Amino acid sequence: MLSLPAQKFEEVIAFCKRGYPSEVCGLLLGKTKKVEQIFPARNLNQERASDRYELDPADFKAADESARRQCLEIIGFYHSHPDHPPDASQTDTERAWEGYCYLIVSVYKGKVEKIKCWRLNGDRMTEEKLEVTNG
Amino acid sequence: MAKVRIPTPLRTFTKGKDEVACAGTTVAEVLKNLDAEYKGIGGKILDETGNVRRFINVFVGATDIRHGDGVKTKVKENDVISIFPAIAGGIKARQIGPRSKSEGFAE
Repeated sequence: MLSLPAQKFEEVIAFCKRGYPSEVCGLLLGKTKKVEQIFPARNLNQERASDRYELDPADFKAADESARRQCLEIIGFYHSHPDHPPDASQTDTERAWEGYCYLIVSVYKGKVEKIKCWRLNGDRMTEEKLEVTNG
Repeated sequence: MAKVRIPTPLRTFTKGKDEVACAGTTVAEVLKNLDAEYKGIGGKILDETGNVRRFINVFVGATDIRHGDGVKTKVKENDVISIFPAIAGGIKARQIGPRSKSEGFAE
């Protein structure tokens, strides 16, 4: 189960709405399975930003530096699926790494509809429970 | 010695350590020494030709080595070498298919 504070949940939603109709992405910083900070990143795939994302490696490095300063870890990533469900696609699965969680946010016509959390297990993405907390 | 920062998916090789020290004057040398200390990790970072795998990013300090001299990039004492997985994905009509094993740490 991934624990996400309500304030961070709202930040993810706002970022995904602002980016619509493009896919947006970012990193999740925290400890084990609790998100403590979100770190928006640039999507370098501007040619196909409506259906692809490629997180800027420089943003990954900046997030890693920030996490280490605060004794946090990069525990996962988030990205949006404009006008599509929050299910892990074949592309998401092929490009996923073990050890991280992946939040996928579906945004329909500019409104966030649903968020799901996924984790790579072997060659498949399996859904993980997402708990939005008040803390 | 340089400090090498290890991403989560590769920490199984380093017994959970997120940073290790390694000698070397180029990225290639440092990664060779890293593999000597932590067997198998080098093959997850470099391909058969000795270059960084497509879905891996390596930085020396703030510089992505793909924008420099690749694995021939010089490394100085106390430099920080960061290894990151490339993060990407996106929508596709077919949902939850099997994962290709053609690229990446999970080979």
